[in-house]
Amino acid sequence: MLIAWLIVLPLAWALAAWLAGARRGATIACAGVLVQLLLALALAREVAAHGPFTYAVGGWGAPLGIDLHVDGLSALLVLLTEVVALPLVLYTRAWLVAQEQDGTYLWPLLGLLLAALHALFVSADLFNLYVTLELLGLGAVALVASGGERKQLAAALRYLVASLVASGCFLLGVAVIYGIHGTVSLADLAERVPADPTTPTLLAGALMLLGLMIKTALFPFHGWLPAAHGSAAAPVSALLSALVVKASFYVILRLRLSVYSGWAEQLDWLPALLGGGAILYGSWCALRAERLKMLIAYSTVAQLGYLFLLFPLLAVGELALTAGALQILAHALAKAALFAAAGIALLASGRDSVAGLASLAGVLPLTWFAFGLAGTSLMGLPPSGGFLAKWLLIDAAIMRGQWIMILLVVASGLLAAAYIFRILSCAFRSAEREQAVALRPVPRTMEWVAFALAAASVLVGLEANAIAGLLGTGGAR
Amino acid sequence: MNTGVLLPLATLASSLLPGIIIFMLPETRSRTRTTLNLAGALTKLALVVVMLFGVRAGNDYGFRHEVLPGVQLAFEMDALALLFVTLSSGLWLLTTLYAIGYLEQSPHRNRFFGFFSLCVTATIGIAMAANLFTFFVFYELLTLATYPLVAHRGTQKARRGAAVYLGYTLVGGALVLTGIIWLRSIAGPVEFTAGGALGGLGAEHRTGLRIAFALLVAGVGVKAALVPLHGWLPRAMVAPAPVSALLHAVAVVKAGAFGIVRIVYEVFGVEQAHALGVLTPLAVVAATTIVWGSLRALTQDELKRRLAFSTVSQVSYIALGVAMLGPQATIGGLVHLVHQGIMKITLFFCAGNYAETLGVHRVSEMDGIARRMPLTSAAFTIGALGMMSAPLTAGAVSKHWLSAGAEAADMAWAGWVLTASSLLNAAYFLPIVFRAWCRQPPTAWPQEHITRAGWRETGWLLLLPPLVTAAATLGAGVLADLPMSPLTWARLIAAREYAGSSM
Repeated sequence: MLIAWLIVLPLAWALAAWLAGARRGATIACAGVLVQLLLALALAREVAAHGPFTYAVGGWGAPLGIDLHVDGLSALLVLLTEVVALPLVLYTRAWLVAQEQDGTYLWPLLGLLLAALHALFVSADLFNLYVTLELLGLGAVALVASGGERKQLAAALRYLVASLVASGCFLLGVAVIYGIHGTVSLADLAERVPADPTTPTLLAGALMLLGLMIKTALFPFHGWLPAAHGSAAAPVSALLSALVVKASFYVILRLRLSVYSGWAEQLDWLPALLGGGAILYGSWCALRAERLKMLIAYSTVAQLGYLFLLFPLLAVGELALTAGALQILAHALAKAALFAAAGIALLASGRDSVAGLASLAGVLPLTWFAFGLAGTSLMGLPPSGGFLAKWLLIDAAIMRGQWIMILLVVASGLLAAAYIFRILSCAFRSAEREQAVALRPVPRTMEWVAFALAAASVLVGLEANAIAGLLGTGGAR
Repeated sequence: MNTGVLLPLATLASSLLPGIIIFMLPETRSRTRTTLNLAGALTKLALVVVMLFGVRAGNDYGFRHEVLPGVQLAFEMDALALLFVTLSSGLWLLTTLYAIGYLEQSPHRNRFFGFFSLCVTATIGIAMAANLFTFFVFYELLTLATYPLVAHRGTQKARRGAAVYLGYTLVGGALVLTGIIWLRSIAGPVEFTAGGALGGLGAEHRTGLRIAFALLVAGVGVKAALVPLHGWLPRAMVAPAPVSALLHAVAVVKAGAFGIVRIVYEVFGVEQAHALGVLTPLAVVAATTIVWGSLRALTQDELKRRLAFSTVSQVSYIALGVAMLGPQATIGGLVHLVHQGIMKITLFFCAGNYAETLGVHRVSEMDGIARRMPLTSAAFTIGALGMMSAPLTAGAVSKHWLSAGAEAADMAWAGWVLTASSLLNAAYFLPIVFRAWCRQPPTAWPQEHITRAGWRETGWLLLLPPLVTAAATLGAGVLADLPMSPLTWARLIAAREYAGSSM
């Protein structure tokens, strides 16, 4: 039941928020997400206690009805969605007031997005995955465009095209699979797809992978991401970078672990190679970016690359999966914090340039701490979640003898440090710039949200054992 | 919770909590901030004294937290940890007093003292770490906590210095991380063990172990400023004087040197390291650093830069002592960990006093300065004599044991290096002392900030710390055989490290 509520509730409050108008809509959304957080906690608790389970919607099982499946990984990601969303809706509320915008469309779209995310994480068949991906993509595009600025519309259009092409690829793949095997259920397919599949099945897999890589903005398919995440409104960028790109990665991981678990090992090097390229290219662009939000967006491109390094390491078992989950968690929290902090900087100084941050030196200490703590996690320095993810990744790489990967992970931590300290060094520019630039006041809520998210991205490292436990009890299929 | 867990936890918390609270205080609450700082520092010192007696009596202090299966944050207050903890908590108290006086009325004091406290917390964590994972966690935390202190002044030069510092130390951290995981792949998780933790490994791992040793020592060698990894240290001199004191004596270079001690004695084990043939290269690097640092110090006119190169040189005494096989060299290296700290911090306090009181930054401006500031100059002279290993100072004790160790280890050349270094130290310190005491003072000082009031040549918060550490420099030399002296403690540790061996 819990799962069904998690999908219905955001849709319900989205509708209510739309009907109630912007001001009351904000309150409704906050209340809704708070309840979702409690539900997600209960769900995680249930999975931890009783193991993975399947829920047939309306009592109709597959193949007629829709099955939802929850295991440790999906429960964890649902929980993460809530943990990121709750601070961000509070942030959005304060942000809208400060910007003197009403955000009429923001709240309904947000509800739609969260419902799609929840449904995606618990989908048990390919067609449901397609539908939720499509909903997610449309919601995300609409959110980017919702600010109404010219560059936002342009970025949204680009995002829309990429997203539609990707969905098309994915749907084509699903259709081929259904044509050959007569089912879209992941559990059934895992049994029916032979260890040595035929060419059409492989082709279908390749099509789905291509679509998903575009949606995850894996290098070299990342073209749409910096513009979309860099130009969207701050809370939207935070949500997209933290959660939405992770959803399509989750689908890749899910397929790799279930339907294609037999033969995919020979091809694992491909996503890993692209992931390595993403790390280097994304970091390089982040080092050169002039706009603050562009820097953060390119950092997302780089950090997503880490996730794809995982595939050749999956053979070592739970260790690799834990590394991946930690990286997803730590990056989601840290990136949400960075975009939230960038939104504060933009609001206060009216400038979105890295150099412009210097005008904030000596003020807004909480925001600076948010930059610092989130940066620590992205650089992979202890004791953050990002550090433990990196540690486990290197550990797994040593077990598999992947020496180049170790070098890459260590070097990329230094690259991340280089671009993060472009931001942090601005905090100390006070001596030269005593001439006071008129700063706009920033609501304290926004500052606390950025700080709390950043602190969580560091502290999640200390709870890694609980996370590994949850993944272990309800392990992915 | 019993006291065995509570005391080390409280030692960490006694600087961490004040640090966090200070960050949240408004800038204007300077009285609350001072109270918090001093309360934290005094609490820490009291805790350390209790544990000193406890450890001598054989009590266990430590706790663990499992982060992931097989990965633990583990703390253990052993004799070696206490040596470092005692040094840093004692000097932290003095440096805090000094910093309160030094930074009076300057901006961003809560940021400064917040990171200052974090820095000491990281140092304590490094000292108490019971395995390589924990050591690394706090080693990186130290890097992050010192960056804001070096950049504190916010000038172009300060930020440049901080960026260089960060570049060096983050690369060092990456080397340490690689080394740790490399070692883990050979030997599993490594717990620090007296006498070495890698005893049972066969000969087929020799190359792997050598690589791991090189990675780890190069990594910590960045903070210990081993040549050629020392480039950050002179540039980090742009930081305010209390930070320099902290970098040079209490935290950063000490953490590096301490890391070398842990890695050689408690990861590899000194005899296994000797058998691997990695000690001689380390000794050669250390000796090179000793000579090179002193040579560079000769030509520096800026007082703090001269002291910085002197630190480069002096810290490698510790590495040299560690790299020579035999208990006497070990004792010499360990005791110098403490002795270098109190001597160098004295010199930095004095340099800060000259700059803050009279605006004197260069050696060439120091003519006759002892007439204006006799107490500070007396402390400076004692510190300088200690650096030259003059009799009755702490430096003499260090040098005595190191030279004896060199002889015992059949490394006579190391003895020559030490003698040469003493002469070089004399060559760059004696001219300063001569200028200060024997030349005529100028008619006006460059920038006199603080006027003289009776016997108080400068603010009493600035004057007290160097006098205390100068007295300690003499005390550690004259009273070296007392029960709680650094020397006695170093002998205790050396006895434990060599307990299982035939030596």
